[in-house]
Amino acid sequence: MSVAAPSTPTKTGGRAKRTPAIPRLSGNANKILVALVLVAAVLFPFFFDPLSGFLDATTTALAYVVMALGLNIVVGFAGLLDLGYVAFFAIGAYTIGWLGSGFYSTVGGGKGIHFLTSSFASSLPGIHINFILVLVAAVVIAAFLGVLIGTPTLRLRGDYIAIVTLAFGEIIGRVAVNGDSVKIGKYALTAGRQGITPVDPIKLPGLQPFSNALNLRPWYWVALVLVALVLVVNVRLRDSRLGRAWIALREDEVAAVSMGIPLVRTKLMAYATGAAFGGISGAFLGSYLNTVNADQFEFSFSIFVLAMVILGGLGSIWGVVVGALALSYINRYLIPNILSGPDGIPRKLGLNFDFTELSFGIFGFLLVIMMVLRPAGLIPERRRKLELSEGAGEDSEPVIAVRG
Amino acid sequence: MEAASVPRQSPRQSGAAMAIRKFLSCYGLILVLLVLPVVYGIHDLSTDGNLIRLGQNFKDGISNGAIWALIALGYTLVYGIIELINFAHGDVFMIGSFVSVSLFSTVGLTLTTGPLGIVLGLVVTMLLAMVVCGSLNVMIERVAYRPLRSAPKLAPLITAVGMSFILQNVGLLWKGGSHQSVTDLVHSQQHVFTFLGITVVRGDLLAVLITVPLVFLLTTFIARSRLGKAMRATAQDPEAARLMGINVDTTISLTFLLGGLLAGAAGLIYAVYQTDAWFFQGFQAGLIAFTAAVMGGIGNLRGAVLGGLIIGFIQQISDNRIGATWTPVVVFAYLVLIMVFRPQGLIGEETREAG
Repeated sequence: MSVAAPSTPTKTGGRAKRTPAIPRLSGNANKILVALVLVAAVLFPFFFDPLSGFLDATTTALAYVVMALGLNIVVGFAGLLDLGYVAFFAIGAYTIGWLGSGFYSTVGGGKGIHFLTSSFASSLPGIHINFILVLVAAVVIAAFLGVLIGTPTLRLRGDYIAIVTLAFGEIIGRVAVNGDSVKIGKYALTAGRQGITPVDPIKLPGLQPFSNALNLRPWYWVALVLVALVLVVNVRLRDSRLGRAWIALREDEVAAVSMGIPLVRTKLMAYATGAAFGGISGAFLGSYLNTVNADQFEFSFSIFVLAMVILGGLGSIWGVVVGALALSYINRYLIPNILSGPDGIPRKLGLNFDFTELSFGIFGFLLVIMMVLRPAGLIPERRRKLELSEGAGEDSEPVIAVRG
Repeated sequence: MEAASVPRQSPRQSGAAMAIRKFLSCYGLILVLLVLPVVYGIHDLSTDGNLIRLGQNFKDGISNGAIWALIALGYTLVYGIIELINFAHGDVFMIGSFVSVSLFSTVGLTLTTGPLGIVLGLVVTMLLAMVVCGSLNVMIERVAYRPLRSAPKLAPLITAVGMSFILQNVGLLWKGGSHQSVTDLVHSQQHVFTFLGITVVRGDLLAVLITVPLVFLLTTFIARSRLGKAMRATAQDPEAARLMGINVDTTISLTFLLGGLLAGAAGLIYAVYQTDAWFFQGFQAGLIAFTAAVMGGIGNLRGAVLGGLIIGFIQQISDNRIGATWTPVVVFAYLVLIMVFRPQGLIGEETREAG
């Protein structure tokens, strides 16, 4: 099964000639549509109170979009089912927890280490580094972790990859929970279930530090910029040589390798890129939620993000955006605000029923229903749509002997 | 001389490297598995002068491992026949625990029931739990896996994860989010006998006494009966099996039924032995059992049992020495190591793909 893949570094030298393999979706109508959506997205917060719950849900949703787009690269483009994506969320969040909070309060003789932070943060103990630098650090660390987790899975087949990534995700989650008892020197690794809090708010040059108690709009815009950035990278990657290599690997590994695609590097690039996006989102959420708590990094979160990708359509960038927005709204707004609580619809109908308890099952149900009824997702990737209508998957013959 | 020796040297070196690699792939996993027992064995010998504590871990490992073995058999059976990691299997086991716990009072089992009543009641409860879990597993296959039989391989894996979540939610709604304490019907911590300084309690006996006959029945069924033969044929080549007149769909349902039956029994043992039931227990148990199945060589029944016992031992050592909070990390680390260094497992994976 595992074909030795001689990595051929010379082959990818021609990165400059980036001819899009897939005919662009564009057309003038499409461009206008994108522009309209963009304008609407930028102006969106003005229609809401700066502290409204809906704005809060939207900001979180945008952060989840970044994460879903990252997972989409690994699962959707490269076809590597990653069930431990939460690891990258965790590492991104801990990057800002370590580098942008009072957690290591004894560092620097109690005075702390500061770099380009707001004047208020500069007076606090602990390590305080500017958010943009933390973001860069999160990208680097998460990408490194992605490669680290990806390396052992290279020789494995699909379902084993899922289990190994799941195991890594769980290991990271466990280390996060138990990290308060892991000391490096005299410093604890994490704050466990207590959580590292407060975390520095975002401080951009020339602006006041953000505050999630006063105004959520700046947070929203930062999240929007992150989404836009990640979207551009995603689209460019999909149409690049690397993106086509990912899709080729997904379709048929043996054929792709025999056509000269460097298996190791291509897969590791997928892991690293996906992880980097997770790291970005994690760092943002750490700052936005003002806490880095080990309870956030559960297996169910990996499935939550996976459900977004599946709902939207594996490999379809716009589908994933829609899927991520839909599920985050369900999770952060519809379930807590509309379907439960004292003003919830069931309560108004006289039912004593709480939907928050059901959120797990709803996502599980979505996964099953989507896979059975519409496996290509809400907005299917065009290539995959073709594939599914052609009836792929003849390689899925079960072949094992059960012996007593 | 240099020039002459170099070409001769390099094949010998690569030969040595090959030998090392071969040795590692053959015995590396065994060596890794031996690390914890040997380290703590030496530790025990140097501090206590005997191996009683390690032996105690071993005994606990066997009885816990019996539970993992029963669940691992379900994984290995299903993987053997349709190459699917039945992610929901751990949660079927959890449902088995919940069914047992709910039935104890219905059947009339209390702390004061006499020994005969306890035995009878447990047998009845176990049979019911087994039937429930078996049919549940068959239904899951029908709803979530069968429609995807010809889909790409990742599709049923994703629905399996979805089913696992649905079952967890069922458990959550059924018994709530907190740990349920279970009546200690058999007084599972009561000493029965002591052997070489190792105390055996009732719970251990219960686990072993239920597991051994079940495993024996299962292996006999698969090795001897017509249906077992059909299962083995389907596992080897579903197309050919169909041509030979075997109803492949029924055979697959039967496989899920058997897996579910064992999971139900494991659920009862777990509830009685640990006197605890929790909606989330299935997730971790499932992963541990899956590790066990892979360790033995997935698709291999004896391997699953062996793997279950080994992983039980490792888990007990870790619980007892390193701390229960770190046990998942230890188990998952072993899972990754096995996957990376010896994906075919200890005994050998019986898959054509791996061959």
